[in-house]
Amino acid sequence: MAGQFPKPLIDTDSRPYWEGLERQELRIQQCDDCHRHIFYPRLLCPHCFSDHVSWTQASGRGQIYSFTVVHKAFGPFAEQAPFVVAIVELEEGVRMMTRIVGERETIQIGASVQVLYEKVEEDLVLPYFEVIRT
Amino acid sequence: MENLRSERIAAIVGVAESDLGVTPGKNVLQLQAQAAKAALADAGFEKEEVDAIFTAGNWAWSPNLMLAEYLGIQPKYTDGTNIGGSSFESHVGHAVAGIRAGLFDVALITYGSTQRSDQSRNRPTPVVQLTDQYERPFGLPLTVGAYALAAMRHMHLYGTTSEQLAEIAVATRKWATLNEKAFKREPIEIKDVLESRMIAEPLHLLDCCLVTDGGGAVIVASARAAARAKKKPVWILGHGETHTHQSIVNMPDLTVTGARESGKRAFEMAGVTHDEIDVAEIYDSFTITVLLTLEALGFCQPGEGGAFVSGQRTAPGGDFPMNTNGGGLSYCHPGMYGIFLLIEAARQLRGECGARQVENARLAVVNGTGGVLSSTSTLILGRD
Repeated sequence: MAGQFPKPLIDTDSRPYWEGLERQELRIQQCDDCHRHIFYPRLLCPHCFSDHVSWTQASGRGQIYSFTVVHKAFGPFAEQAPFVVAIVELEEGVRMMTRIVGERETIQIGASVQVLYEKVEEDLVLPYFEVIRT
Repeated sequence: MENLRSERIAAIVGVAESDLGVTPGKNVLQLQAQAAKAALADAGFEKEEVDAIFTAGNWAWSPNLMLAEYLGIQPKYTDGTNIGGSSFESHVGHAVAGIRAGLFDVALITYGSTQRSDQSRNRPTPVVQLTDQYERPFGLPLTVGAYALAAMRHMHLYGTTSEQLAEIAVATRKWATLNEKAFKREPIEIKDVLESRMIAEPLHLLDCCLVTDGGGAVIVASARAAARAKKKPVWILGHGETHTHQSIVNMPDLTVTGARESGKRAFEMAGVTHDEIDVAEIYDSFTITVLLTLEALGFCQPGEGGAFVSGQRTAPGGDFPMNTNGGGLSYCHPGMYGIFLLIEAARQLRGECGARQVENARLAVVNGTGGVLSSTSTLILGRD
């Protein structure tokens, strides 16, 4: 079963995020009251419950928190295997799911990474990451 | 068990499985009806005595309504708590609370799934919404990919090895060889696990649970109702539950499950200590699930799980009998495995397990895990 690509259904929480990626900007939220960063986007701060949250542009740098090399994938991803899915912790302190591209040998927990903008569909840009030397 | 602080509020008095494995001729309602009838017979109760219904599943818009209608039951209490595979441990805990409050006396808890016959897992959905939209486009296969992320981090932090994870699969299979209902019964060795196909690094095929059909049912009764049951009561002495996240990215620490909290509360409520536990039934969706749970429950320190399970310690004859039916890894796993942990724990405490019976088992810990290490629900069960 090939299956269709699982496209995001953009809503009022996520629109600035997805539109940012189209412009090669990694946008995350920050709480105006406790100043902590927030990802994924939402109406209120999950830390202090303030509803004063603003959008900011992340540096795009972070570290690999964990990763896996997917050998058995499903649907539209089946033919891409093996590929690396990771959780990256951004400098701002939030974590996000992503793909890591590049040499498998360089990919390890704790490695420094930098965002890159991958156009995966005609109307969809995803934040992928690659390992950088520090 | 005079030392127990916990009151005898309610007990498990009946348990049963439906047909297991591959059941192409049966749907989810038939499997649950089959298990419910058998569990009531096990308890020596009539259907008319059931006054509370608990179920969880994704097979209907409202599983409780469809199931109760199918069985011809009009309950005075209903609970459709769905927190994944640990739902049924929570159902037992909630049943105790309801019984303590005097709201009902006899609860029927069921689960059924035909996922193997349906091949329903991992069917891609073209449009993703709400918080799934930030993850699904990256193609992580669920649920195995999420558990792989946790396993990779545990290995990174503590030097845990694939051999140590394999110890769990091998020991669990040894129990399965003693259970004629187990789906996979041929013995395996550590090298078989390590040489099995890689699914999502570092998890191999034999680190992963089965995909089977199957159903189960559990009858929980108040102390008053339990007194007229056919079987000796398996007392529900302690319960704790929590959920820490929905998606794996949002797990606060990928190596620490919510069992740290749910387990602590269950042990405190029961008033028992870890070294009093005779048998452990620990949700084994993957080998890493077990290792993380043993640490979170406090049977060993964080990072010591690998050493804890080494040397086939959890196998038949080992000093930590665990997953004595063969577990989700080798006996049966129809999507939500939690009800089968309860069934096996009750049978062990009633001394009904034949070749795989743990000698003089009086206290059991049961820990369900749901989602992607998202929910945990812990029970302490004991017999008089």
